[in-house]
Amino acid sequence: MAPAEDPIIRVRGLVTRFGTHTVHDGLDLDVRRGEIVGVVGGSGTGKSVLLRAIVGLLEPQAGQIEVFGQSVRATSDAEFRALRRRWGVMFQDGALFSSLTVRQNVEAPMREQLQLDDRMRETLAGIKVRMVGLPENAMQKYPSELSGGMRKRAGFARAIAMDPEIVFLDEPTAGLDPIGAAAFDILIKQLQAALGLTVFLVTHDLDSLHAICDRIAVLADQKVLAVGTMEDMLKVDHPWVHEYFHGPRARAALSTAQPDGVR
Amino acid sequence: MVRAQPISNRTINTFIEEGRLVLTGALLIDTLTQLPRDILSIPHDNVSAIDVSGLSQIDTAGAWFLIEQQNRTAQSGPPAQITGATDVQAQLIETVRRHMPPTDGPSDRPMSLADHLEAFGQKIMRGYRMMLELTSFLGQVVATLGGIVRHPGRLRLTSVVHHCQEIGVSAVPIVALMAFLIGVVLAFQGSAQLRQFGAEVFVVDLIAISILRELGILLTSIIVAGRSGSAFTAAIGSMKMREEIDAMRTLGLDPVTILVVPRVLALMLMLPALGFIANISGLIGGMLMSWIELGVSPAVFQTRLVSNTDVWHFGVGMIKAPFFALIIGIIGCYEGMKVGGNAESLGRLTSASVVLSIFLVIVMDALFSIFFAVVGV
Repeated sequence: MAPAEDPIIRVRGLVTRFGTHTVHDGLDLDVRRGEIVGVVGGSGTGKSVLLRAIVGLLEPQAGQIEVFGQSVRATSDAEFRALRRRWGVMFQDGALFSSLTVRQNVEAPMREQLQLDDRMRETLAGIKVRMVGLPENAMQKYPSELSGGMRKRAGFARAIAMDPEIVFLDEPTAGLDPIGAAAFDILIKQLQAALGLTVFLVTHDLDSLHAICDRIAVLADQKVLAVGTMEDMLKVDHPWVHEYFHGPRARAALSTAQPDGVR
Repeated sequence: MVRAQPISNRTINTFIEEGRLVLTGALLIDTLTQLPRDILSIPHDNVSAIDVSGLSQIDTAGAWFLIEQQNRTAQSGPPAQITGATDVQAQLIETVRRHMPPTDGPSDRPMSLADHLEAFGQKIMRGYRMMLELTSFLGQVVATLGGIVRHPGRLRLTSVVHHCQEIGVSAVPIVALMAFLIGVVLAFQGSAQLRQFGAEVFVVDLIAISILRELGILLTSIIVAGRSGSAFTAAIGSMKMREEIDAMRTLGLDPVTILVVPRVLALMLMLPALGFIANISGLIGGMLMSWIELGVSPAVFQTRLVSNTDVWHFGVGMIKAPFFALIIGIIGCYEGMKVGGNAESLGRLTSASVVLSIFLVIVMDALFSIFFAVVGV
């Protein structure tokens, strides 16, 4: 799947502020179709804010954000609704609706946006739940009865319920044990290949970055400081980036996490 | 999966040709609903292949649809082959096939009489278990109170005072107003009836007995249950949700001592006081209305009140107050402790707490009526 030339997400000159605190100042970022982009950065550098700005949850002060070649900010409500259907978002810890079962959570977007008959909707939701590796008996459970890792998987299932072209994942492996985190990495990679997804991944997890990301974007100094593969990152000569990719944890991740478990 | 086509081109066509089911267009979750209903009723007996080479797009729903069609052909002969899929499409179809539901289990059968009986029995048992738990919780609170009596240092005095403020002082205006209006209504309605017999002056007895003995304390309890009982459940419930209660236990702090006892104690102190205020305010309302409506002057009202109303009427009302307070406090805290991990249970249990405490207060009031009738007060 050769990435097309035109970027699927195009951010230009993004400025976001909370009061007097400037989070992004002239941030540029391109995401190409079919790739997995990992966004990293220290706490408070605005990784999640960037994600929220792209999906329209947050109004930036300035800048252009284009997804599928359409501006997110300038579209009408109807256009934005159509646009929004083409991406899915998984929040930290899943953000499942606590009063609905897992299956109903996955059904929720279909129920809102399509006129499907009940049996078809249930079957399709069931396929999505199985695809993210949840056991059969998890379907009828409520989010409070699930472990953190299962909640994340269920959140992922809801994000891909409508077969989006892009999925935004906010720290999918945070708070998981290393085995669970590695399994989630493989899941992302597999579903990305099977469904032809473009993945926008906000993460802290060096193992994830190394194992599944095609490109890495580093946020620092209110900008995207560097974009490139893991090898490129190792050559970047910025103190924070150097510290991040050459620190003891990074060395451990690089030396052990060979992506051989991943297709 | 390449999706080169613009959204407006999302259409799907299907026809059967020479034993092949041919699909062209975009087979997506939203075009599936455009498929004519009769595609599902076309006989699939002699279909030996499903040709998807004309499909520009497939998503998981489309892949599921293809597998469904394939399974239908399999009912009467060898399953049809899916032909003409690109590598990506074939991979998607295989992925979906791996995650198809296990063969259809028994569908939901209608509930039989036995099921209804079972559901009813389970409801009864739930109620029974809840009464047991409630009793055990009451015992726990009483035991903790006993411990505090022996070691007064364990009492959270600041907390008790804070809750007295919240439950008692803040509720004075609403309780006083409510009782005043009840007094007015009683005087007005009573006088209209008693005037027919020329017994207007008995309106004083009517007001005094009904307010002092029953209405003052009962209505105060209902307001407090709605105001403070629900607040107890919500406060303790949200602490339970955020695992604060568990944190307390690990730090060696007893949630009953810290959260429940101050609230119950404050309620037992404040409800009699609020009941007293309600009594006074109700009598004032009744007195005012009797004066306006019947010309019974405040002096006459006062004389008749003192000479004709047994002080036990007041006593009966006041005796009931701490018991009502205990019911409201215990149920409010108990329901709060039952809150689970989700926000929905908090809302459900808060409303359950109010309904249950008002109900039990009225049941308790009825039991007291029987008791006082038997002992002859």
